[in-house]
Amino acid sequence: MTLESDRSGVFLAMPATVYVGLLVAAPLGVLVMYSFWTQTYVDIDRTFTWENYRAAFSDPLVRQLLVRSVWMAGLVTLLTVLLAYPIAYFVAFRARRKMLWLLLITIPFWISYLLRVFAWKLILGFNGLLNSGLASLGLINEPLDFLLYNELAVIITLAHAWAPFAILPIYVSLQKIDRSLLEAATDLGCGKLGRFLRVTLPLTVPGIIASCLIIFIPTVGDYVTPALVGGSDGKMVANLIQVYFGSANNWPLGATLSLMTMVSVGAVAISFVALVRGAGKAIR
Amino acid sequence: MTRLARFAPGLRAYAVIYLLFLYLPVLLIPLFSFSEGTVVAFPISGFTFKWYGQLATQDTLLQSLVNSAIVGAGTAVLSTSLGLFAARAYIRHDFPGRRASEGLVMLPLVTPVIIVASAMLALFLLIGLRPSLLTVILGHTFLTVPFAVSILKSAFEEFDPSLEEAAYDLGESVWGTFRRVTLPIVAPGIVSSLLVTFTVSFDEFVLAFFLSGDQPTLPVYIWSQIRFPAKLPNTLALGSLLLGFSVLLLIAAEFFRRKSRNAIAKVKG
Repeated sequence: MTLESDRSGVFLAMPATVYVGLLVAAPLGVLVMYSFWTQTYVDIDRTFTWENYRAAFSDPLVRQLLVRSVWMAGLVTLLTVLLAYPIAYFVAFRARRKMLWLLLITIPFWISYLLRVFAWKLILGFNGLLNSGLASLGLINEPLDFLLYNELAVIITLAHAWAPFAILPIYVSLQKIDRSLLEAATDLGCGKLGRFLRVTLPLTVPGIIASCLIIFIPTVGDYVTPALVGGSDGKMVANLIQVYFGSANNWPLGATLSLMTMVSVGAVAISFVALVRGAGKAIR
Repeated sequence: MTRLARFAPGLRAYAVIYLLFLYLPVLLIPLFSFSEGTVVAFPISGFTFKWYGQLATQDTLLQSLVNSAIVGAGTAVLSTSLGLFAARAYIRHDFPGRRASEGLVMLPLVTPVIIVASAMLALFLLIGLRPSLLTVILGHTFLTVPFAVSILKSAFEEFDPSLEEAAYDLGESVWGTFRRVTLPIVAPGIVSSLLVTFTVSFDEFVLAFFLSGDQPTLPVYIWSQIRFPAKLPNTLALGSLLLGFSVLLLIAAEFFRRKSRNAIAKVKG
């Protein structure tokens, strides 16, 4: 295919680029502005102040929710990627009808996120499916109350919700591997495990990084899952942001929290990528 | 490949279990929507359609359905138009900043929605746009542009530019070439993109929750019902309808995507 090296491409790409660019930059700018303002009952006092940041940093609830959000998103990411890798491997190397498998894996992703979370609430609830099912089998006498409204419920639900997204990037990177490399490793005397650890796994690191970021970044700011199945122990930072923008009606503080969340997510994501790259170099 | 391909019963069993894990939770919603009982618990009691029947009488629900349809249609048209131009630029043209632009356009896929939602609400109110269906459309368009771009990129990827050049050489105008060569070949990709972006918008909750004001979309309506145990059977019925509808739209989208691949294969002979 010939690429026309001309500038008409700039004009074609302009509308989408400007639209997305504007809706990234302008709202962020507004958030930054709000974070330096103050809420005075129904009005906004627009004199510059660091007060929101001071209040947010000294609030133990904020710190606790931020740390918990990052921690839980990290756990969800780890769990989801670990569970997804064998599936991606199976589809890329072993499955005969790849397209069918990929389709089957991606369909649940398109189904309303709200309903998928709702389904877990039905399963894990006090009078829910798991408890009533176990009870009717005679395995338990009293409903288990540790299933819903805690961190575990949030982690299970999120791992389920993000599963399809974890598989695709890893699948793509496995698919790209030149099969002759694997044969060469075998010919040179590598065992199955050695071949996987020294050839396959390193070649799929970009896919693993992509999967991790695709899951981690949105999960830190997830609102629906902690709100529906998290109870009071499983709340995350998004729930607090929503309270400030909603019932508490303190937008400046909400904006400050949004920005702090974004910076935390960015910092963790960047150090993660740097760490993995560094580790990769050290091994080689 | 021959030496590597082996029967792997362990992996296959794991894959099947994984698929069950993906599907079972969601399938519970339609399963229990036919139950006569008002709690979701085993054993299932009775079989009834009455929860579905009751849905038709709820005016706020029907209004939210109309709202969602408007938002979905507006979003689909806007993001597919943006995506169409951008996809053509990325596949056919090489220009300064192409990679940066491609990366930026994919950004909405990896942003925490709560931050996007709160920031957009603050922006729209600051510039005097009251929360309404319009603001939801603007937000959803932002979210769905990456889907439109990637679907349309694959539609353009396989499309041989010499077909258009041939049309010019045979005396077609720019518009004529677009209408009689480009559009028919890319059309299935466009339809696929419209269906997918519509579905994503139709199912999206958090942005709509922040930006819809007093005009709730369907997911926002469902959210308001989820908290009330008394509404559970109706919510299950409604959820099942939404699930069925999404799956139908996606199957249609997949059908058109394949059709586009076949159309290209046919042209290439």
